[in-house]
Amino acid sequence: MRTEQNLFTSSRWLPWHAALVLGFLYLPIVTLIVYSFNGSGVGGFPPRDLTLAWYRLLFADEAIWTSVLNSLLVAIAAVIISLGFGIPAALALDRANFPGKALFRRLVLLPLILPGIITGLSLLMLFREADIKLSLLTIALGHGTALISVATTEVFAGLQKLDRSQEEASLDLGANYWQTFRHVTLPNLRLSIIGAALLIFTLSMDEIAVSFFLIGRDNTLPLEIWGRLRRGITPEINAISSIIFVFSLFAILIWYRLRVASEVQPEIAAELLESPAQGD
Amino acid sequence: MFSRAYRTAITLPPLVWVLVFLLIPYALLFCFSFWSVSPAQSIVHSWTFDNYRELLRVNVYLQTLFRSMWIAARVMLFSLLLGYPLAYYLSFHAGRRKDLFYQLVIIPLWVSYLVRAYAWKTILGSDGVLNTLLQYVHLTQHPLDFLLYSPFAVVLTLTHIYTPFAFLPIYASLEHIPRPLVEASHDLGASPFQTFWRVVFPLSIAGVVAGATFAFVLSLGDFLAPLLLGGPSGIMISNIVVSLFGAAYNWPLGAAISFCMMVLVVALLFMSEKLEKKWSFR
Repeated sequence: MRTEQNLFTSSRWLPWHAALVLGFLYLPIVTLIVYSFNGSGVGGFPPRDLTLAWYRLLFADEAIWTSVLNSLLVAIAAVIISLGFGIPAALALDRANFPGKALFRRLVLLPLILPGIITGLSLLMLFREADIKLSLLTIALGHGTALISVATTEVFAGLQKLDRSQEEASLDLGANYWQTFRHVTLPNLRLSIIGAALLIFTLSMDEIAVSFFLIGRDNTLPLEIWGRLRRGITPEINAISSIIFVFSLFAILIWYRLRVASEVQPEIAAELLESPAQGD
Repeated sequence: MFSRAYRTAITLPPLVWVLVFLLIPYALLFCFSFWSVSPAQSIVHSWTFDNYRELLRVNVYLQTLFRSMWIAARVMLFSLLLGYPLAYYLSFHAGRRKDLFYQLVIIPLWVSYLVRAYAWKTILGSDGVLNTLLQYVHLTQHPLDFLLYSPFAVVLTLTHIYTPFAFLPIYASLEHIPRPLVEASHDLGASPFQTFWRVVFPLSIAGVVAGATFAFVLSLGDFLAPLLLGGPSGIMISNIVVSLFGAAYNWPLGAAISFCMMVLVVALLFMSEKLEKKWSFR
C-alpha cells in the first residue's frame, strides 16, 4: 500500500519551512514571556537578573486590575449581546425567507472583515448623533454588534449538522416552538454556542480598534496597555501579557476539547447502538 | 414546518439590531462624508462635495493610500509565501502530527494583537533584543536603525499577525482535495512537481484567493502597527483617519476617507468572491 508520504519525495525543505514559520510565529511570544522575568528591562541580550519584581509591581498596580475588570464586564456583555442576536440570526438565515436576506447576511458578516476603525467610528457617529455618552456600555454595544458575525457563523455551521427530524418530532408530539427550541434545538447547538462564546469573549478582551473610538472615562485592558506604551515600555506589560497568554491557552484547551468531543460523540453513539447486537 | 410567528420571532430582533447598530452607522458615515466642520468646530449638516475634492487635491491622502496598499500587498505576498507551504506540509506530509501543528498555528491568534505588535517593538528597537544579540555575537558594532520605525517593521509585524489568516483558508482548501486525484496523477506517471502544479495547486486556488484577501484587507486598514512601529515613513491611511477624528478634528474628511476605504474593501471582497466561485471545483 502506498502511503501519502512517498507520493511526494522532493519535499525535504518543507519540514524546515514549517519549522521556520512556526518559529517566526512564536518568537515574539517567547520573547515576551522571557523578558517579563528580566531584571534589567525589556531590551538587552542575553536576558539577565531573573526576577519576579515586574509581577510584584503588576499585582500592586490598581489601574491595570481596574481595566482588567472593565474588560471582563465588556466581554461578558459582548457575549450576551452577540449570542442573543447571533443565534436567532443564524436560525433566520437557516430557515426563514425575508426580503433583503442576502444583504442582511453580508451586513452581519461585514464587521469581521472591514477594518475595525470603520465600524468603530461609524458607531461613534451614531452615538454622537443620538447624544449618547461614551462609556463601557458603548464599547460593549460595539463589541457585541461587531461580534454577532462570529456567533452567527459558528451557530449557522452547527445548524447545518443538525438533524431537523428531531425538531419535527418534537413539534409533532405537541411541544410548542419555544419548548422545541429550548429542549431540542439549543442542546444540539450547545457545542457551537460554547465555542462561539469563548471566541467572542477572547476577541472582545483583545479588541482595540472599535474600543479606541468608543472609549469613555474607563479604560479596557488593551487601551490601558496602549496608553502605557505611548509613555514608554516596561516589563510590567510583558508580565500582564504573559498572564493573559496563559489564560488564553486554557481557553484554547477547553475549545479544543469541545471540538474533539463534538467530533467523537457520534462515534460513541454508534458504538452504543452496536454493542447489544454484538452481544457484549 | 415553521410557522410564520416562529420565523418572525427569529428574524425580527437581529434584523432590527443590525439595522440600528450597523446599517444606520455605516449610512451615517456616508452622510458625514458630505458634511463639513464650521470654524467654531461644530458639524455643519449641509451637503457638499468638498471633502472628496480635498482628497483629490491634497497629495498626501492619495500617497498614503497607495503606500498602505503597497504595504498590504507585501504583507499579502509574504503571508502567502509563509502560509502556503506550511498548509501544504500539514495537509500532505505531517501525518499524525497534523492536529498538533494545526493547533500550533492557531494559538498565536489567541494572543492579543496589540501585545504581539508590542513584542516586535521590544525585539526590533535600537536597544532591543535583536540588536543587542547581533552585537553580543559581534555581527554588528552599532545598532541597525532600519529595524524599527520603518515600513519594514510594519510589514514584518503585519505578516506575523496575518500569516495564520492566510494559512487557514488555504489549509481548508487543501484538506478538501480528494486524495484519489493525487494518487491517480502519480499513477499516471506525473512527477511530484507536475502533480503539485497541475492537480493540487489549481484545486487550492480558491483558498489562496480567500487567504490573500484576508491578509490584504486586514492589513490595509491597520492603524496600531504603523503607530507603534512605523515611524513617520510607515504611516498608513487609517492613521490619518485616527488623527482627523482626534486632534485634527475634521470628522467629515475622516468619514470621506473611511468611506473610500469601505468601498475599496467591499469591491475587493466582491472580486475575491467571484474569483473563488470561478476556481472552486465543488
